[in-house]
Amino acid sequence: MSSLDPRVNRLDFKKLADGNTHTNSHLITWEVFHQEKRGKQVVHVGIVHASTPEMALILAKEQYARRGKTTNLWVAKTSDVYTFNTEDEDIFETTPEKTFRDPAFYKVRDRIEKFQNKNKVAL
Amino acid sequence: MYGSTNLSEEDAKRMNTTVEDSDKLEAFESRIARGEKIEPSDWMPVEYRKQLIRMIEQHAHSEIVGALPEGTWITRAPNFRRKLALIAKVQDEIGHGQLLYSAAETLGKTREEMMNDLLSGKSKYSNVFNYPANTWADIAVIGFLVDGAAIVNQTINSKGSYGPYCRALERICYEESFHLKQGHDNVVYLATGTKHQRAILQDAINRWYRPLLHFFGPPDKMSAHSEKLMKWKVKLASNDDMRNQFLDMYVPKIWELDIAFPDPNLKKNSDGIWEFSDPDWDEFKRVINGGGPCNAERIAVRKFAEEAGRWVRQALMNPSEKYQIPLA
Repeated sequence: MSSLDPRVNRLDFKKLADGNTHTNSHLITWEVFHQEKRGKQVVHVGIVHASTPEMALILAKEQYARRGKTTNLWVAKTSDVYTFNTEDEDIFETTPEKTFRDPAFYKVRDRIEKFQNKNKVAL
Repeated sequence: MYGSTNLSEEDAKRMNTTVEDSDKLEAFESRIARGEKIEPSDWMPVEYRKQLIRMIEQHAHSEIVGALPEGTWITRAPNFRRKLALIAKVQDEIGHGQLLYSAAETLGKTREEMMNDLLSGKSKYSNVFNYPANTWADIAVIGFLVDGAAIVNQTINSKGSYGPYCRALERICYEESFHLKQGHDNVVYLATGTKHQRAILQDAINRWYRPLLHFFGPPDKMSAHSEKLMKWKVKLASNDDMRNQFLDMYVPKIWELDIAFPDPNLKKNSDGIWEFSDPDWDEFKRVINGGGPCNAERIAVRKFAEEAGRWVRQALMNPSEKYQIPLA
């Protein structure tokens, strides 16, 4: 094969057997977590395929820390991560209704003013 | 660099005949109508899954194969700064391929199956990468205009309904904006340089003009439509709309450098629609089906990488570890 790419011209195509990949011989996946700055949350960013945690970290560095800032990366085997079933999403449905957990729920100014007017409290 | 949303006629036909569980389908469709994303463990119609796999996989292959024409010039970049930028860009493209393969994997097709389908020719990649990068000016034009076209396509697709694909595309678009800027910088340097530099730039533009028009796929009147793909937010804009958006953004940026496109009929009408000569859609089909100048080389190089690297992957395999579909 004659290519414009000198690197392609250096490949010895004749040595190869003609065949495809073997299925189900792929490496497991690792979920990757990225911390941008010291003190920030560690956030899930994606996956890599690797055979060991060390290799997963190297690939995660190439894939998710190529530009911008990074303090650290974490990897965990996909099979070690447990999640809720998305069909059970409704278990979180009433959470936004729990306004008694919000600071904005607690409004006392009206009551104070009413009290002050009634009792003529001098400021 | 590119995800095609063109349906084969056979697929379009089947999409309208497959019967799905109507309650689940209704919940699925109203979720999409509300602008919510679909996540991997959600119920989804068979055809939705199938079309997404096809589209994301094709996009992933395009990133990997797309790195090959550009890689051609790494060894001969004109200076160190350009070499660094080109290596970074090529690495990004491979990284984008990885992100997209991951997104497709969440739908249940393994990476090896996708790689096999690329090598056997069963699954396609963007046509544009079957053309050679003859000179350094090709690298400038690819970086500016091919990536510009890809950004138009990907920005639109990032508003789609499938969560993992959208997340991958957002990251990709962010990185591609560097590709575009360095490509523009490269084009401007050639256009404002010596006579010879202007001549090789003009020559590259002449050769890339048609493949760029082909990039967004056949005209709407020629391609198979699916209302469903639009409704499911798998396809978000028509080929002609995307092509028009591309011409609108990039033709003026070439013209302002006093470089021409090889088409006397290229002009913007008063209604905002760009007009151009027929870019030879038969050639488009011929190249997609293997008849382009570089199809054989692209696949041969991928096969080489696959086979020459196999012993390494096999040595790394731990047979007691069982592959599980990634989560997101």
